[in-house]
This record gives sequence, C-alpha cells and structure tokens, in this order.
Amino acid sequence: MWKWLHPYAKADRAYQLCNTLLPYFAVITVVCLVVGWVWGLAFAPADYQQKDSYRIIFIHVPSAILSMGAYSSMAIAAIVALVWQLRNAELAVIAIAPVGAAMTAIALITGAAWGKPMWGAWWVWDARLTSELILLFLYLGVLSLYHAFEDKKAAGKAACILAIVGVINLPIIHFSVEWWNTLHQGATITKFDTSAIDPSMLWPLFINIAGFAGFVGVISLIRLKNEILQREKHRPWVRSLVSRG
Amino acid sequence: MQVNHSYWQLFKAVYSKDVTLAFRQRAEIVNPLLFFLIVITLFPLAIGPEPGLLARMAPGIIWVAALLSTMLGLDKLFRDDYHDGSLEQMIASPYPLSLCVLAKVFAHWTITGLPMVLMAPMFALLMNLESQALGATILTLLIGTPLLSFIGAIGAGLTVGLQKGGILMSLLVLPLYIPVLIFATSAIDSSSMSLAYGGQLAILGAMLAVACIAAPLAISSALRVSVS
Repeated sequence: MWKWLHPYAKADRAYQLCNTLLPYFAVITVVCLVVGWVWGLAFAPADYQQKDSYRIIFIHVPSAILSMGAYSSMAIAAIVALVWQLRNAELAVIAIAPVGAAMTAIALITGAAWGKPMWGAWWVWDARLTSELILLFLYLGVLSLYHAFEDKKAAGKAACILAIVGVINLPIIHFSVEWWNTLHQGATITKFDTSAIDPSMLWPLFINIAGFAGFVGVISLIRLKNEILQREKHRPWVRSLVSRG
Repeated sequence: MQVNHSYWQLFKAVYSKDVTLAFRQRAEIVNPLLFFLIVITLFPLAIGPEPGLLARMAPGIIWVAALLSTMLGLDKLFRDDYHDGSLEQMIASPYPLSLCVLAKVFAHWTITGLPMVLMAPMFALLMNLESQALGATILTLLIGTPLLSFIGAIGAGLTVGLQKGGILMSLLVLPLYIPVLIFATSAIDSSSMSLAYGGQLAILGAMLAVACIAAPLAISSALRVSVS
C-alpha cells in the first residue's frame, strides 16, 4: 500500500489525483442532491405529527453527520501529516476545516429553525447541541491557529496537533444522546435492524447524506487544489500549468 | 551528551525551578487568586444577592472563575522559558521533553490550582453553598484543576511562538475545558441535592488519567513545532 501511496506525497501527483477524483464527486453530488431534495422535499409523505416541518431532516441530518465526518477525515489527515511528515496531508487539514465548519453551522442553524416551532425555543442547552457548538469552536480554533502563524510550515503542524486533540469531542457528540437525558432525540437511523424511520423517508435521507458527502468532497478537493497551487507557486510544473491556460 | 541523572531528579529539578521562581515573585501566585475572588464578587453584584439564587448558581460560578484564573497563568507557562532559551535547551537535552513538560504542568498546578483548592471553602461560604456540597466542590476542584492545567498547557505550547498568542490560546483552550466544566458542576449539583456524585468524579478522574499520559506528548510535540 505504501508503494501505491508514496507518489502522492509529491504535490503535482496529488494535484492530478484531485483532478481525477473531482468529476466523480461532482456527479455524485449533483445527482444525489437533486434526487434527494426533490424526493425528500416534494414526494416523501408528511409526518403524522410534525406535518411538513420534519422535512428539515433532509438538510439537518446530513449536514450534522458530515460535520463529524469532515472532522474525522481532517483528524486522519492530521495524523498522516504528523506521522509520515506529508505536507499534502497538512494542506488537506486546512482544506477540510472551513468546509466542516460550514457543515456544523448549517446543522446548528437548521436545528434552531426546526427547534423554534417544535420545542418552542431557538436554542436549548442540551448535550447534543452544546457538543456540536464545541465542534464549531474547534474548527474555528484550527483555522485561526493556522492563520496566526507567519511560518506556514509550523502553522500546518500546529493545526494538525490541535485537530487531533479535538477528536475527543467526537464520541462526546455521538453518545451525548445516550449518556444524558437530552431534549434532542436519540439515534434513529443507525439502528438498522429496527430503523425508527419509515423507508419512504429513510431512502431520500440516505441519498441526501451521500449528496452532502459528495459536496464536502468536491469543495475540499477544490480547496486542496488551490492550497497546493498556492504553496507550490514557484515550482516549474505550476508555471507550465498556468501558462498553458 | 550523557544521561547522568535519573528521570526523577530531572522532574524534581524542573518542578522546583518553576515553583521557586513563582515564590520569588509572589504576585504570580496571589494575582490569579485575587482574580478568582474578584470574578466571584462580580456575580452577586450583577445578579442580585439572594442567598437561594446564589446557592443555586454557586457551582457554575466557582468553576467558571476557576477556569478563567487558570487561564491567567497559562500564558506565562512556557513564554519565559521560550524567551530565555531554556525551552530550546530542554528540547535539545537527551532527556524526554514530555517529562520536563509534565514537571512544568505540575508546577503550574501547584502555583495556580492548589491555592484555589485550598481557598475553595471560603468561596463556597461567600456563595452560600450548602455545607453538604462543600466536599464535592473541593474534590472536583482537586481532580479538575490539574486537568485544566494539562489541557491549557497544550494551548500554551501551540501558541508560545506567536506574538499575540494570549487571546488565541483562550479561544483554543476554553472549548476543550467545557467537558470538565460539565462533569464538575454536575457533581456539585448532585451533591447539593444529597445525591451520589461518585460517577461524575470517576469520569473526571478518568479524564485526568488520560490527560496525564497523553497531554505531555501532545504538549511536547506542540513545543517542538513552536520552537523550530
């Protein structure tokens, strides 16, 4: 596996890999989001109790899942960057961080918009909500730490260390609904044998999750490409790329 | 260079250096305590002096004040050593950096955390905390403040090389303090309702055990990044 991975330590190969992967992610994103949103928002049956306002799960749940997914991939990239000293992995950490922060913000805002009519409050200091808010702070911390350093080499390493330390928050978010008696509901879709959601709502939800995952992938890849170009701007391959048009 | 001293001697040397330095400049010990006292004084003035209300809010107020006063000393934790070059010497020495860091963190706790634990009964009195909650307050502070020093030292190590690291460090560290705050205040809450609070204490203890092992490694790699 090492032999297969090793070439991608070089920036131009990593750039090419981004270019190869980008169309696949883009297709997944467009197809899944269009199908998922149209199905979920227009055709899935309304909830017997919450009527149409439950439909926010087609945005809220995928963005919440991806906020944690993006953090775990960021942390994996950070471990790779620190253990094998790969600069590209550091750039990946910085590429993913704002996307994950945006996902966290979307999850929090859609949750608040749903909470107002359902719980009667925009915000409740519940364990799930609080730990998700901490996740947003962690993302912002990684970003501001990176931008505080003049020397971008040290900046990348410092951001990686912080990203790894913050991983302790992920299990707290995931199990917060089981460890505490929260207003936020418990896990419903991960119980596969007896899923608490009807298939007519579950399928569009899954498709939306795939679409959001693709979207995070697309944006992260584009950002990673830009980061690579920015760092390698004095290299000949970047010059030839730019001069070619 | 040869390794001539045992690890225990190294630990003692670093620890006693930091503690002695702090005792030579008493303000370093007294100022966080005064800050702690002043923050606690602000709350009754701001929310009103009703004893019932204060007793209800006391665990949270005491702990928030403890968090903030721990933050005060953190900025100085590595900064002096960074500027006079002793941090570089620690990194260059043949001894494990994580051990030096462990000693420094313990020294920081002795200087800022331990006095807070000792003063806690007085603060609890000021806030009209029920007497049955006093034990829980002292115990959570005793287990929680070293944890605060460990977590804070990670932030201090990451930002020591920066010109204006202080405010950034508090942004990095405070979110990581939240789990400690949650369990500590919930332990004090349960004890003031005469419920068992061993569970929350056990979780705090577990977090401290993990921090003892993992935090020195994280801090020393952060210091290596900052110094290089």
